[in-house]
Amino acid sequence: MEGYSSDFPAGGAGGKVDTGAIMEQVKVQIAVANAQELLQRMTDKCFKKCIGKPGSSLDNSEQKCIAMCMDRYMDAWNTVSRTYNSRLQKERARM
Amino acid sequence: MNSQGATADPQLQRFIESETQKQRFQQLVHQMTGVCWDKCMDKPGPKLDSRTEMCFVNCVERFIDTSNFILNRLEQSKGFKSESMLE
Repeated sequence: MEGYSSDFPAGGAGGKVDTGAIMEQVKVQIAVANAQELLQRMTDKCFKKCIGKPGSSLDNSEQKCIAMCMDRYMDAWNTVSRTYNSRLQKERARM
Repeated sequence: MNSQGATADPQLQRFIESETQKQRFQQLVHQMTGVCWDKCMDKPGPKLDSRTEMCFVNCVERFIDTSNFILNRLEQSKGFKSESMLE
């Protein structure tokens, strides 16, 4: 990944926009957005599962619960992704 | 709108279409993970047991079934086809 200094890099002559650079930029932004979405949803779900009554600090058992919850959330995410993907595959084959 | 950028670069257009498709998939995975988590997940354990995993699989399949069912039923009903939805 090289130099994302400007929002939309314009390369080449005459201010012509460099398509490859735009595509790279878009991919990076999509990846960031997806990571943020995952982080936000994971935080929400694991907070609900693991923090009963918010105390003065995150105690040890809460931290353990959160760590486990994060791993299970990723498992769940992957299972859902796999299932949805094979369902799409099946529906495409039927058409 | 017939802006130059949109028509001048078919490569970019194809790229955007495929990324949009991928993003729609991702978004639905995020959404279904959340919904099915609430339905299937008890206390998070040291691993995802097979019963819970099966619940997630069924949850996704039935969620899609539900979505398709609702879509079909709305399409068959008159109200959906009339302009009422679009106005």
